[in-house]
Amino acid sequence: MSVSLRVLDDGAWVSVNDAREVSVSELWRLDDPSFCGCELPDFVVENILDVGADGRTISARVYGQCIACGQTGVPGWVPVGRLREGEFVDIDRERVVLPVRRGDDDE
Amino acid sequence: MPTDVERWKSEVYGNEIREHLLEFAEQGWDTIPEDERDAWFERFKWWGLYHQRNGQESYFMMRIGTPNGVLTPGQTEVVAEVADEYARGPAENPIFGNGYVDWTTRQSIQLHWIKLEDIPEIFEKLESVGLSTQQACGDSWRNIVGCPVAGKDKHEHVDALPVAMELNETFKGNDDHSNLPRKWKVSVTGCREGCGQGDINDLALEPATKEIDGEETKGFNIRIGGGLSRNEPRLARDIDVFVTPEQAAEVSGAISALFRENGDRDNRYNARIKFLMDEWGAEKFRNVLQEEFVDFELETAGDDLRSEYSYNSGYADGGHSDHVGIHEQADGNYYVGLDVLVGRMGVDDTKELARVADEYGSGEIRITQRQNVIITDVPEEKLDALQDEDLLDHYSPDPHPFMRGSIACTGTEFCSLSIVETKNRQVRYARWLKENVELPAGVEDFHIHLSGCTASCAQPQIADISLRGMKTRKDGEPVEALDIGLGGGLGENPNFAEWVTQRVPVDEVPGAIKNLLANFEERREGDETFREFVARTDEEDLAELVEPEETSYEDPMMHNTKRTWYPYAEDDSMDASPAPTHGDGTPITSDD
Repeated sequence: MSVSLRVLDDGAWVSVNDAREVSVSELWRLDDPSFCGCELPDFVVENILDVGADGRTISARVYGQCIACGQTGVPGWVPVGRLREGEFVDIDRERVVLPVRRGDDDE
Repeated sequence: MPTDVERWKSEVYGNEIREHLLEFAEQGWDTIPEDERDAWFERFKWWGLYHQRNGQESYFMMRIGTPNGVLTPGQTEVVAEVADEYARGPAENPIFGNGYVDWTTRQSIQLHWIKLEDIPEIFEKLESVGLSTQQACGDSWRNIVGCPVAGKDKHEHVDALPVAMELNETFKGNDDHSNLPRKWKVSVTGCREGCGQGDINDLALEPATKEIDGEETKGFNIRIGGGLSRNEPRLARDIDVFVTPEQAAEVSGAISALFRENGDRDNRYNARIKFLMDEWGAEKFRNVLQEEFVDFELETAGDDLRSEYSYNSGYADGGHSDHVGIHEQADGNYYVGLDVLVGRMGVDDTKELARVADEYGSGEIRITQRQNVIITDVPEEKLDALQDEDLLDHYSPDPHPFMRGSIACTGTEFCSLSIVETKNRQVRYARWLKENVELPAGVEDFHIHLSGCTASCAQPQIADISLRGMKTRKDGEPVEALDIGLGGGLGENPNFAEWVTQRVPVDEVPGAIKNLLANFEERREGDETFREFVARTDEEDLAELVEPEETSYEDPMMHNTKRTWYPYAEDDSMDASPAPTHGDGTPITSDD
């Protein structure tokens, strides 16, 4: 089953199958100590740059900043939801620690 | 690889969207195939319709383009009637009620809660008086901005209004220019005070004089590549070209074609012409324009008037900083600029504005880039009676500086991109500041611009105090916050604000402004303006002068307003949203 994934409205949100599923302005706790000096960056999402699927996991690359230390930038791929039988299943992004996957093209 | 948006544009875009739009309107919002919604909502923007944010599905923001901000006699009344009948939502705004008109920073009009099913009737009403939503959003020529009193101003070098109107007529609905890589913002101004704000536009035509064949010729210098969005603000760059008013449309079309052919269609974040200008530089840009897009030899730039620019400059050089107040026109009549706090006006007040303009002036209204309105063509003998009208009690031609200087974007009330609530918050801020903060002696212009995100629709980087939406934690809880920037402004030597303090909880911002102004007053040298003070002060020292603190100001919208379906609804949870709804406002259920 094909799933359409895209970023729309100047990076305001992620569309999964033509429905708005992930929005900017969320606060995510990232497991990405390489992003800044904080053990678990407290990251506000300002712009969504890209979205992709790895198996059943939907991940996004986003621009934002750690509100604890002020570091801005783009962490690696952050999981934002999962696919179950072609349907998007949300994860509670503001309450769970999100494991960041660094890609080959990340610094 | 072209983006999805480019693929959709290559399939259906421009004028032809209209017939699809009207068909969907006829059949209802829910007949748009689910797997085509992203594509159609992207295309609808070209006809001025922007799908509102999450929780407000099936409702649209409608933007009406009013070139150079001119509403001819009769148009304001129709805008008010359309807003009254069609721009009422399922919940009320506690400050502005239900049914209002937003005057925007690009001299346009925005209405909210518009239903797709009402579009045919709305288009018919708007078009009956010559108004249009065509290309108000989307990847093409947007509403052309300029000095809002063009053709009437005493400070005019050249009347740019006919040029702005010619550009509008030439490039609206023009298939050769309807599908550009990205939005295309144009400013045309002939006045000496810089109120076209050309520096922050993709294409700017600015007043100049050039000696051609021994004759002093009035016309425009051209600048390219300005813009404020995405943490990448740029000032438009001088490409060393002068055009006469007669050449303006041809050369502007050539520049638009250059952008069409060379802009980045693979990456929308890199698509604006400011990035092409970064890559090429002004000299290459001019060479390519001359060699590939223009059939005659371009003149080099003429003598400009930038040293006289006062608009939104933060300098007290004697010129106008905005259009508020009563000013004599070149024909001996007067224009009366009214302050509209954050640019939002209720439908009844908008109807009253139309009546007052008709009774005391010519019926014409002009919209400014500071979200205000101007009644034009008022004879001197009618000025006193006009000032006695109740409307002017609320929309004053002589407002307090904190009211006069406030600008705010749409914010999380309706916008997908914004991080914080803006319009209502800026109203609360302005009212609190007016009651609690003394401005230093002689400071009559003090601009505070609040933008909900880095898209910068409130033009925060060119204000005395720039506020930009952010998040922080307070007592462990996530709260809405603002970055604070200082000392931005246009004028002869424009510069963007320095972001000196980040992530200030929204309830501590008024206290920060109060303390900052007290520190400014203490350190001020003579009559220097705030911008001058910022310019001579180190960034680190400035950061210390901003002392956020809680005050008597209370903010009812500290929480994540984006997580609500509508921040002011009694039950604001996403689950309580009535959207999507049918044309009559009843919820669309799974049984439909």
